[in-house]
Amino acid sequence: MAGSFAESGADLELVGITKRFPGFTAIEDLNLTIPAGSFFALLGPSGCGKTTTLRLVAGLEDATAGRILIGGTDVTNTKSFQRPVNTVFQSYALFPHMTVLENVAFGLKRRKIADATAKAHEALRLVELDHLAQRKPQQLSGGQQQRVALARAVVNRPALLLLDEPLGALDLKLRRQMQIELKNIQQDVGLTFLHVTHDQEEAMTMADTVAVMNKGQIEQMGAPEELYELPKTAFVANFLGQSNLFTGAVTSSGDTSIVVDVAGRKIEIPRERAQRHAGNVTIGVRPEKLRLHTEPPAAQPGSNVLGPGRVTDVSFSGVSTQYQVAVPGLGTLVVFAQNMVFGPVVSPGAEVWLTWTTDHGFGLLDDPADAPRFAADTDTHSLAVQRREKLEAELEEA
Amino acid sequence: MAFGAFGATTTATTPAEPAIRKRSRVVLLLLLPGILYLALFFLAPLLSLVITSFQAPVEFGDIGQYQTAFRWENYTTVLDAYGPHILRSFVFAATATVAALLFSFPLAYFIGVKLRRFPLLQALALTLVIAPFFISFLLRTLAWKQLLSDESWFVSALHGMQILPPGEHVTGTAFSVIFGLTYNFIPFMTLPIYTSLERLDLRYVEAGGDLYAGPASTFFRVTVPLAAPGIISGALLTFIPAAGDYINASRDFLGSTDTAMIGNVIEANFLVLQNYPAAAALSLILMVAILIPVSVYVMRSGTDDLL
Repeated sequence: MAGSFAESGADLELVGITKRFPGFTAIEDLNLTIPAGSFFALLGPSGCGKTTTLRLVAGLEDATAGRILIGGTDVTNTKSFQRPVNTVFQSYALFPHMTVLENVAFGLKRRKIADATAKAHEALRLVELDHLAQRKPQQLSGGQQQRVALARAVVNRPALLLLDEPLGALDLKLRRQMQIELKNIQQDVGLTFLHVTHDQEEAMTMADTVAVMNKGQIEQMGAPEELYELPKTAFVANFLGQSNLFTGAVTSSGDTSIVVDVAGRKIEIPRERAQRHAGNVTIGVRPEKLRLHTEPPAAQPGSNVLGPGRVTDVSFSGVSTQYQVAVPGLGTLVVFAQNMVFGPVVSPGAEVWLTWTTDHGFGLLDDPADAPRFAADTDTHSLAVQRREKLEAELEEA
Repeated sequence: MAFGAFGATTTATTPAEPAIRKRSRVVLLLLLPGILYLALFFLAPLLSLVITSFQAPVEFGDIGQYQTAFRWENYTTVLDAYGPHILRSFVFAATATVAALLFSFPLAYFIGVKLRRFPLLQALALTLVIAPFFISFLLRTLAWKQLLSDESWFVSALHGMQILPPGEHVTGTAFSVIFGLTYNFIPFMTLPIYTSLERLDLRYVEAGGDLYAGPASTFFRVTVPLAAPGIISGALLTFIPAAGDYINASRDFLGSTDTAMIGNVIEANFLVLQNYPAAAALSLILMVAILIPVSVYVMRSGTDDLL
């Protein structure tokens, strides 16, 4: 490893990884393979185990059980400095006693790579910060520090680059810009990127493959559009974008589609888009797939109709308007409508019907009831965290 | 550093705006007690010391009678007579500083980093570091004289194991003096280093490991530089007083005539021989001799954040 660069990115393989901390389990029997050269995002709410996964791969934590393989080599028992992996830390962790250039050259010099300084300059040019090479990190803005942190990691050409929510501290505009830059750099240098984030939009715009993590396990994995259009669990349906979910019994199951009875209404979804085909199932549809009608629409094959319902809330957000529609027996549905005309088309209190193409529906593996959107925060760790936060808040008030 | 800050306030008084001038007058008023204190208890004695150092004996006068003169020879005489003592003081103080650093850094690291998760233990350990101060250091040094004396089990064991040849002692040697200096100044070394390490962000250490630096490399390239302000303060707080120390090296404590340091010479000249000009000249030589290496050290370590 010493003295040479990885030729290209390498596969990462996690086999049966379990990580227990005193009092709680962060990761339970995790299996994951990330192919070489891909941009992989681990997406999940805080406390789902995604950062622990990253730290295990980086060698900053030891797994309780399981194996980690990078490019086919078992690195489970090696220390972080022995692994062909670099991390862009959430806090950047740029050494404050070194200049930007020294920071970037640090890894190269430790591996005794020739022309470390020249290569460091090259990496700084990649992130367009070469003119600030002699500054100290604390003299840079947040976005610049983030780019230095990226250059410091990329310059080593690691087989695997780990990104720990590196864009979390940036404002929205800078974050968008950095997302594009990161993606470009990944394509330029051809490394394997493992990106940990809780920002679903960031994960979807940047990654080739997104894995949604919940309670220490991967709920679903796939291309962003695949995950979005065909979520398999209630958690994914709700965490990745919004969903309207209904639960009902399957009344007829055909070759191409199944029909679900939801509060007396028949809703049809394609058979291959449903995970379960009998008994009580939960089905859903994305809010932007719904169309609003102010008059009862004629029943058409290939289209589901719900209604009448009443608009309870309208919120205008520029490109689209979000309507809340209360349908008796079904609860409140969310509808996103693009603003094709000026302003909202209906006002609160209006009677509306909703339709959508049957192809857009999806059937889930589980019920929303047994998968609450957020894990119950009753384990000892989160209790301790909550107590501390409460205490800190009290202290601040005092 | 401290004077730099003072200089900044005086330049701030130059703008002619009345509000600023009024504020600067308040600043000067607030500084007055400090300036008076320094003038009275630092500058005046220093001036008196300089004058004394050039005094000549009164002709046909008693011992200890001197008159104002300008005798350069006072300096050359003491340098000729006591050059080895000055050198010894510096060697002893430097050795003790290094020894104290080697002892204190791991201790401070343990308290400041490893005990972070246990605040109660951390407080207890810190108290233990300071605990020796509750007993007069004279008594503690005397206790070490007992412990290192020929009758102690430690020295008998050394004699018994033939490590120490018969007739050799531990007290009165360079070893016991340096040992005493090290022992007495360990808290002064430990506390500043602890303060630096207690704030050490362990994510930098993790980043070092992530960037292919092994534990030793990370320690010397990340941990030590980040703890540098503490190490520098600790080294100054140890070296400066140790170089002028006269208790440890005194014959009544851990030293002998062979280990006399400059402090002992000054003490003897002042209190026993009543050779005040020689004592004053030696004090000034010691002061300058300490100031030069210390200012080079502080400048080279580039410590803007030291004070």
